[in-house]
Amino acid sequence: MTSSALNHYLVVSGILLVIGVFGIFLNRKNVIIILMAIELILLAVNLNLVAFSAALNDLAGQVMAMFVLTVAAAEAAIGLAIVLVYFRNRGSIQVEDVNLMKG
Amino acid sequence: MIYAIAVFAPLVGAVISGLLGKWIGDRAAMGASILGMLIAAVCGPYAFFSFGDPGTLDLGTWIEAGKFHVDWALRYDTLAAAMVAMVTFVAMLIHVYSIGYMAHETRPRYRFFAYLSLFTFAMLMLVTADNLAQLFFGWEGVGLCSYLLIGYWYDRPAAVAAAIKAFIVNRVGDLHFAVGIALIWMTFGSIDFTVIFATVTKHGADTYHLFGHDLPMLELIGFLLFIGAMGKSAQLFLHVWLPDAMEGPTPVSALIHAATMVTAGVFLMARMSPLMEYAPYALTFVTLIGASTAFFAATVACVQNDIKRVIAYSTCSQLGYMFVAAGVGAYQISIFHLITHAFFKALLFLSAGSVIHAMSDEQDMRRMGGLGRLIPVTATVMWIGNLALAGIPPFAGWYSKDAIISSAWLAHSNIGTYAFVCTVVAAFLTAFYSWRLLFLTFHGTSRADHHTLEHVHESPLVMLVPLVILATGACLAGMLLHGWFIGEGQAQFWNHSIFNQPGNDIMESLEHTPWPVELAPSIVAVLGIALAALMYIFRPELPRQLAKQFPRTYFFLLNKWYFDELYDRIFVRPYFWLAGKSWRIGDGKIIDGVPNGLAALTVEGAREAVKMQTGSLAAYAFVMLIGVVVLVGVFMFFR
Amino acid sequence: MIVDFFFWLFAVVLLISATLVVTSKNPVHSVLFLILSFFNAAALFLIAGAEFLAMILVVVYVGAVAVLFLFVVMMLDIDFEQLRGGLQRYAGIGAAVGAALLAEFAIALGGWKLAPNVDQVLQSPIPANVSNIQALGNVLYTDYLFLFQAAGLVLLVAMIGAIVLTLRDRKTSRHQIISVQTQRTVAETLEVVTLSLGAGTTESGGFLRPKEPEPEPETEPVHGHH
Repeated sequence: MTSSALNHYLVVSGILLVIGVFGIFLNRKNVIIILMAIELILLAVNLNLVAFSAALNDLAGQVMAMFVLTVAAAEAAIGLAIVLVYFRNRGSIQVEDVNLMKG
Repeated sequence: MIYAIAVFAPLVGAVISGLLGKWIGDRAAMGASILGMLIAAVCGPYAFFSFGDPGTLDLGTWIEAGKFHVDWALRYDTLAAAMVAMVTFVAMLIHVYSIGYMAHETRPRYRFFAYLSLFTFAMLMLVTADNLAQLFFGWEGVGLCSYLLIGYWYDRPAAVAAAIKAFIVNRVGDLHFAVGIALIWMTFGSIDFTVIFATVTKHGADTYHLFGHDLPMLELIGFLLFIGAMGKSAQLFLHVWLPDAMEGPTPVSALIHAATMVTAGVFLMARMSPLMEYAPYALTFVTLIGASTAFFAATVACVQNDIKRVIAYSTCSQLGYMFVAAGVGAYQISIFHLITHAFFKALLFLSAGSVIHAMSDEQDMRRMGGLGRLIPVTATVMWIGNLALAGIPPFAGWYSKDAIISSAWLAHSNIGTYAFVCTVVAAFLTAFYSWRLLFLTFHGTSRADHHTLEHVHESPLVMLVPLVILATGACLAGMLLHGWFIGEGQAQFWNHSIFNQPGNDIMESLEHTPWPVELAPSIVAVLGIALAALMYIFRPELPRQLAKQFPRTYFFLLNKWYFDELYDRIFVRPYFWLAGKSWRIGDGKIIDGVPNGLAALTVEGAREAVKMQTGSLAAYAFVMLIGVVVLVGVFMFFR
Repeated sequence: MIVDFFFWLFAVVLLISATLVVTSKNPVHSVLFLILSFFNAAALFLIAGAEFLAMILVVVYVGAVAVLFLFVVMMLDIDFEQLRGGLQRYAGIGAAVGAALLAEFAIALGGWKLAPNVDQVLQSPIPANVSNIQALGNVLYTDYLFLFQAAGLVLLVAMIGAIVLTLRDRKTSRHQIISVQTQRTVAETLEVVTLSLGAGTTESGGFLRPKEPEPEPETEPVHGHH
């Protein structure tokens, strides 16, 4: 991969990360959006890893990306389970209503 | 050796009755105390009359701190032996008297006897001290026992207040005394009497720098020591505690406030005579205060209604006389008067106690009268005591009091003349109020209610015998002792225990007193008695008319020249205000406020910090993001 | 050239759909846009030469994770909430932080360069003539075995955790108890009833039927004295 192509990949990955980050704290709707934003961030990281793996001719990047994928899946599952139980108990998943840790 | 027994026997008695009194019972405790005093009363006069060579009985080291070395030591010279003899004898008589006086107490009495004996021990320590530290120990000890004994009936608020007042006013004097001792240490390098007396002349030119002035050191020491004496001997300005001290039982008044504790100040002047002789300004001050006190106390005594208070002011006045003598350099006369005064003043107090006992604890003279027929023995001894007090020949007081008045004249100085006038007027007033007391109490028609009158009875023997003994002393002591104390052989008698400067020949010139001066006190005394007879026997409505015509004067005298009110305004109230402020604001708000404030600050800070925990997920995530941005920034720019 | 065109196409769509994920009002739309983003990312992976990873992305992320998201979104009874007005509160500082972040990225991107000796420190160089899958397989079960097993453990724990968190043990649901079933006796299952002519089984005593659990007796809530 040429270095300019690598740069393009990095730019895309960076913007994707920023979008995901903004998604975490700019959303007012519900907690699931936060989880989706986290997935976006992880996707951006994966993109970065794969881009470098292609540019450096190193498989380590792809292996790492695979593990990131695994962990992201596990984390999404647990996160959603927590949201589910929370909804059962509190009846709402509005971000602003999730304030039991106040104080 | 006998000397040491005389000093320590009372201590043994005090310890036994004080510590074991609860278990061995009142009678055993009293017995132990009386036994101790009897032993002391035998050994004390024996040690005096069989006087050998002066010396010091070393008992051991007390303080050893670098250059500061103080021993327990009993000084055996004429002055100390004379005081020991007097103190032990009179104290023994008072102990015996107390058996009868305190017989009707509902509470155990061993405490009283323990305190009395302890007091005697402290007084003996004071007079036999060989250094200023031991003297101060005795000084403080008698102050303590005075407090304990004045407030003996501790459930009476008046008694408690009087005890505290005595202690605090004494403290003022003690403070100055302690500063004086410190200055002596600074100047002489030691507080041993032997060392001090040997080297006084060498320090004549020493000065002390204070507030930009150079004060002569010996004068300054003299002033400070005298102020200590003022407190202890209830001289003018520091006298306010003595009348209130009459709240204590009468034997206490007799012992402490007539014969012994209040005389400690006079003793101090005599003991420190080698030093005081070289402080002429201080001596002038002594005479001034002494004469003024004599006059002041005599005027107040003329209108008091409580029998004990009259005698208390009389004591105050007589102490003033003693200081007059000390101030003009005639310490020998002041000690002589001290000893004769001990006899007749103790006699007066104890017989007043007998009267009070007979009148079922009535102390106001306006409710007495006509008791002479009912309690003849008491009346007789009180007459004898007052005759001695007024200085009628040949009773004891005549010898000593007249000598004082003559010495004031013979001083040939301005202050001496002032003292002469004051003492002569005071002699007139002394005779007046003494016979006023006698007439109001024993003569005329009775003003008591008949219920009290029915109970009037002569005191038991245990109280009367000491009275009679003291009366004998009041009659004979002057006659027998004056030759030794102030006669021609006095220098040899005292044997350097009292010192007169080479230019001071007052004692010798006593022989050459001009006869008007010699007779003046006796004449004014007779005049005083005549006036008292006029006002209280022949024309008893006269006092009331006079009081009505001169109400301001009357109340001025009755209220003791408003000294208590003055002190209250100047010292007591501002002090209480300051104490209150220090307590509530200084301690409560500021000092307590620091830890409390810190705690409150912590709590408030935590409360504010807790507000960061909003519980809002979005906020937390946001903060995390900010953290990441900052970290990345740091990483990029500062690595 | 063609590659560049496709790269930009997929990149733009990826970014637009990512934006729409976080800004959609309808959460179901958000999930669908997420799926679109994943697809485009997979395409980008393909362009970069990581075929296996691209396919895994589609299978795992789209097939499992995004579907899970959809399940949960549908299961929770979520209202179509309007954007609450709190957006403005964080807008200022959010914009500032975002700008800072972008600036940092720009600086990093502008000034980075590869280390000169990077060829010597490669972890696992890509072999020339094997497929991507084979190359990954060669290296995954040998050099990265420990990580592989650990990832497996992570997945196991996640599975157990998810079940434990959400399991609701309803007392009223009936399930089979196999041991009871296999241990039944004739007396429990067969009952011979003598029927009278023309009568049914109910009048004759009924036949064996498992008992319903007793409904909880309704207790009166305790009040204080009136």
